[in-house]
Amino acid sequence: MHPILKLLVQRIALGLLLLFAVSAVIFLGVEALPGNTAQAILGQSATPQAVANLEAKLGLDQPPLTRYFSWLGGILTGDLGKALTNGADIAQSIGQRLGNTLFLAGCAAAIAVPLAIILGLVAARYAGKWPDKVISGITLSTISLPEFVAAYFVIYLLTQLFPIFQPVAMVFPGMGFWAKLHAVALPVIVLVLVVLAHMMRMTRAAILNVMQSAYVETAELKGLSPMTIIWRHAFPNAIAPVVAVVMLNLAYLVVGVVVVEVVFGYNALGQYLVDHVTKRDLPVVQAVGLIFAAVYIFLNMAADIIGILANPRLRHPK
Amino acid sequence: MRIPFSALVGMVLTGGFLFIAVFAHFIAPYPIDAPVGGVWESPSASFWLGTDTIGRDILSRLIYGAQITIFVALASSVLAFSLGSFLGFLAAVKGGWVDQLLSRAVDLVMAIPALIVALVLLSVLPLNLTVLILVMGVLDSTRVFRLSRAVAADIAVMDYVEAAKLRGEKGNWVIFREILPNALSPLVAEFGLRFIFAVLFISTLSFLGLGVQPPLADWGGMVKENKDGLIYGKSAALLPAGAIAALAISVNLVADWILTRTSSLKGGRGG
Amino acid sequence: MSDASQRLDHMIEDVRRGRMTRREFVGRTTALGVSAALAGALYTKAAHAEPKKGGVIRAGLAGGESTNTLDPALAASVVPQVGNAQWGEQLVDMMPDGSVEMRIAEEVSSSPDSKVWTFKIRQGVEFSNGQTVTAEDVMATYKRHTDENAQSGALGIVKGIAEMKAEGDKLELTLEAPSADLPYLLTDYHLIIQPGGGYDNPTAGIGAGPYILETFEPGVRYAYKKNPNYFDPNTGHADEVEILSINDNTARTAALQAGQVHMINRVDPKIVELLKGAPGVQVRRAVGRGHYVFIMHVDKAPFDNNDLRMALKYGIKRQEMVDKILGGLGSVGNDFPINAAYPLFDDSIEQREYDAAKAKEYYDKSGHDGSPIIMRTAPGAFPGAVDAANLFAASAQAAGIPLQVQLEPDDGYWTNVWNVEPFCASYWGGRPVQDQMYSTAYLSTAEWNDTKFKNAKFDELLMAARAELDQDKRKGMYSEMAHIVRDEGGLILPMFNEFVAGVSDALGGWVDDPNAEMMNYRAPSKCWLA
Repeated sequence: MHPILKLLVQRIALGLLLLFAVSAVIFLGVEALPGNTAQAILGQSATPQAVANLEAKLGLDQPPLTRYFSWLGGILTGDLGKALTNGADIAQSIGQRLGNTLFLAGCAAAIAVPLAIILGLVAARYAGKWPDKVISGITLSTISLPEFVAAYFVIYLLTQLFPIFQPVAMVFPGMGFWAKLHAVALPVIVLVLVVLAHMMRMTRAAILNVMQSAYVETAELKGLSPMTIIWRHAFPNAIAPVVAVVMLNLAYLVVGVVVVEVVFGYNALGQYLVDHVTKRDLPVVQAVGLIFAAVYIFLNMAADIIGILANPRLRHPK
Repeated sequence: MRIPFSALVGMVLTGGFLFIAVFAHFIAPYPIDAPVGGVWESPSASFWLGTDTIGRDILSRLIYGAQITIFVALASSVLAFSLGSFLGFLAAVKGGWVDQLLSRAVDLVMAIPALIVALVLLSVLPLNLTVLILVMGVLDSTRVFRLSRAVAADIAVMDYVEAAKLRGEKGNWVIFREILPNALSPLVAEFGLRFIFAVLFISTLSFLGLGVQPPLADWGGMVKENKDGLIYGKSAALLPAGAIAALAISVNLVADWILTRTSSLKGGRGG
Repeated sequence: MSDASQRLDHMIEDVRRGRMTRREFVGRTTALGVSAALAGALYTKAAHAEPKKGGVIRAGLAGGESTNTLDPALAASVVPQVGNAQWGEQLVDMMPDGSVEMRIAEEVSSSPDSKVWTFKIRQGVEFSNGQTVTAEDVMATYKRHTDENAQSGALGIVKGIAEMKAEGDKLELTLEAPSADLPYLLTDYHLIIQPGGGYDNPTAGIGAGPYILETFEPGVRYAYKKNPNYFDPNTGHADEVEILSINDNTARTAALQAGQVHMINRVDPKIVELLKGAPGVQVRRAVGRGHYVFIMHVDKAPFDNNDLRMALKYGIKRQEMVDKILGGLGSVGNDFPINAAYPLFDDSIEQREYDAAKAKEYYDKSGHDGSPIIMRTAPGAFPGAVDAANLFAASAQAAGIPLQVQLEPDDGYWTNVWNVEPFCASYWGGRPVQDQMYSTAYLSTAEWNDTKFKNAKFDELLMAARAELDQDKRKGMYSEMAHIVRDEGGLILPMFNEFVAGVSDALGGWVDDPNAEMMNYRAPSKCWLA
């Protein structure tokens, strides 16, 4: 087998194994939380008999291992069960909200990733000079602000002082693409501010690291312009760490934006999860937790795979 | 050794914040929870930074807020570092199944978003500072584990460590006497970044109502209390927000400088 | 055009848009030299100006969660209340002036002893699924709310009905004990008439209201289109209505100012003055019966000790709360849920004041062990609830009571904390008559007895007052009940609030309604886009 193929298969197998283990941790971890699910549904005045009946109906009287595998089987067939709080089908509730989550993350990434890389390249090109200092200074400030502060600030700036956008960023099925884009403008701006710095600083550092290697010096001796050297020679060799940090931030855009969703009333997965966490709605917490973990594992795996493919030494084995 | 200007500024500011935090009781002009003035008064001679939603002195709350914010963030970072670096070094020194077990366990924990785990845990556990510090410290230790394991793995193959092992020194001795001193520089830089992460993380938890409990307030909680005035240009919410940013920037400046002296590249709030 | 007539025109325009009350209008026009009689006539004409039809009205409201349902029996917060009021219709409803308005009922009459009540059902009213509303539907609805399994918030009201009979277009209700207030009681917002009583599917969202529900996303949004067959031409002006659930105060206010929504509820008193200065919006206040409270479960330690309860009642600074939490927009409470807005209110009951010495005395007498007394609150418990709790803790601690505030998250507060934890912050919207307020939350058997208050003497008085036709005697009984709740109950009532709403200038027809928030939940269907 080609060594790259072998590495890839190994990496994917490891990812799947990890996902399986995470599903067990999430299921059992949530199960171990204090509190009785049936009691929680029926309220305080429930009789012991009613609690026992409901437990039997929900299958809560089965041993945990049996329930885990039936839960896992349900997930593989797209059945996530019903929310305890209002009886809504979880898969259906999640479907639309997951779409909203990915839409917001996608919009933010489409702006932040290219911008961060370009700024990183520019900062590396002028390392130690004023463009580097300005870029580094600005990104340092944006990374130092809590998200909700940035959120209220853009609300004040862009809906009150300059009324261009809407403060409440709900999107609904049936909205046109541009209307949706207009609606999510503010959360996108906030998220870009939050993730930009990390990716830009990583790009800059990785490039500077590579710039010290011998082949870059050769290129310099050949008299190539600095930007050409960075773009043609340094950047391709810095791809692995840059991709790793980009993937980490993409994962953050999907799973870590609860606060932004809460402030802008954006109806996506994070807010849905928070609502149900506080109500001990365990099936929802388990389902959303697993989705988030899967996103994280998948993106990490993708970063590793791209890293493997981009590595010239692995691509051209001696 | 020449210290760059930015790092110097960072150090002075960080030191100032620490000083304020430690001596809050002597510096603050008013108690943390006493309503002493009107609602959202503008800055004046008696209230230098004005008053908040129920007439408490903002300057005093900022000063006590510094104490709580810095204390919680520091305590949880220290916990994260003690736990993470010890286990990380252990994994690197022992290798084999210990390394595998610890590394895979950390992979597992990291795959579940920290904020979600914190929300679930804090909604079932009693809300107090100890629990808050424990939850944040343990969650954050996974990141420290990865870094310290990587750093220690580089050092563990060095000659002097091999020599110590050949002398028959125990694992703990190797960790504390040989690896720790040599891994300190990248870890100190990482500590700064983790500390900032912790400051932002408690702000977020307080914002979601699961952090520091009133009448105590960290800076994030103060922003939340006063945010309604923000769109009318009231400064009460901007001041604690500015304080968070100032603390984060000053620590970052110091950490940046230490980082440039090492080649490790870590940090950020991703994941 | 003269200056005076120009100003008069402006004022008439204000009235037409519902921005000025009758009293204000008459007062200011007579100052211009217009006779009071003419002013009254002008007001009536302007106020009844033809509402404009069409458009989309959007409301941005606090008080919704992603766990809400469409079952009217379970509605407990503002978003479901306003949401249900658009697709649903009740037998009777409250008018802003405190009288009862006939809705699905056309006429009501009672036997001389107020024990048997007969409602004549309006003909030709249709549910949104095309079925005609019958007396059987009304009866089935009330029956469902009496069923313990339905967990209805109106259980305390309908369980007093001993017998129901539907015959043709007549519904006859025989009460267990006479009640002169029955029509008032039936205006309760849970009692939305559903086809077949909603037994088949209580969450279907099918009713006879001015709008037809198109989309319901819990905790996010309700969307409606106009019900073309609605019986009342004076309600339901816009073509479409949208209700957005916006729990964040800052975002909600910003949405109103940016024109994204036309009306918001719960304007934080702190920003009332600031919002007034903003262009294109106005702040509307309705003096009501709503109150902000701290409630203790009298059956759980340490609150089962009345001395401790009294200590806490003396440990709260009421006027400070009105000033700081309500920004002066409200009045002090006296630890019973009734104020002068109710008929038969006894204004001679002594006002309880902050008294550190008395609080300390009661606290020592209670023998409490000095461990922290935990009081739970959340930003959404009522506007300013966290600040109010902090003020309460500060004044109680000054009296030596170890009161400690615990902040809870907004989401889940009404499920996990209120009516569950023994001491927390909460609010009540008030009810049209004393009997209903007491029956909903203070009767031993009431579903929403959120202080777990069980007092046989009180229950007896409540039943006796219901049947009492002599108003003086009745007033005496209510006064005695007030004393019992005030001195023995688990209710700490520092203040009666006003309903403070933010309304866009684009909106006409707003009336300040004391019955409940958002024009008794009906603002989206009663207002129009001017």
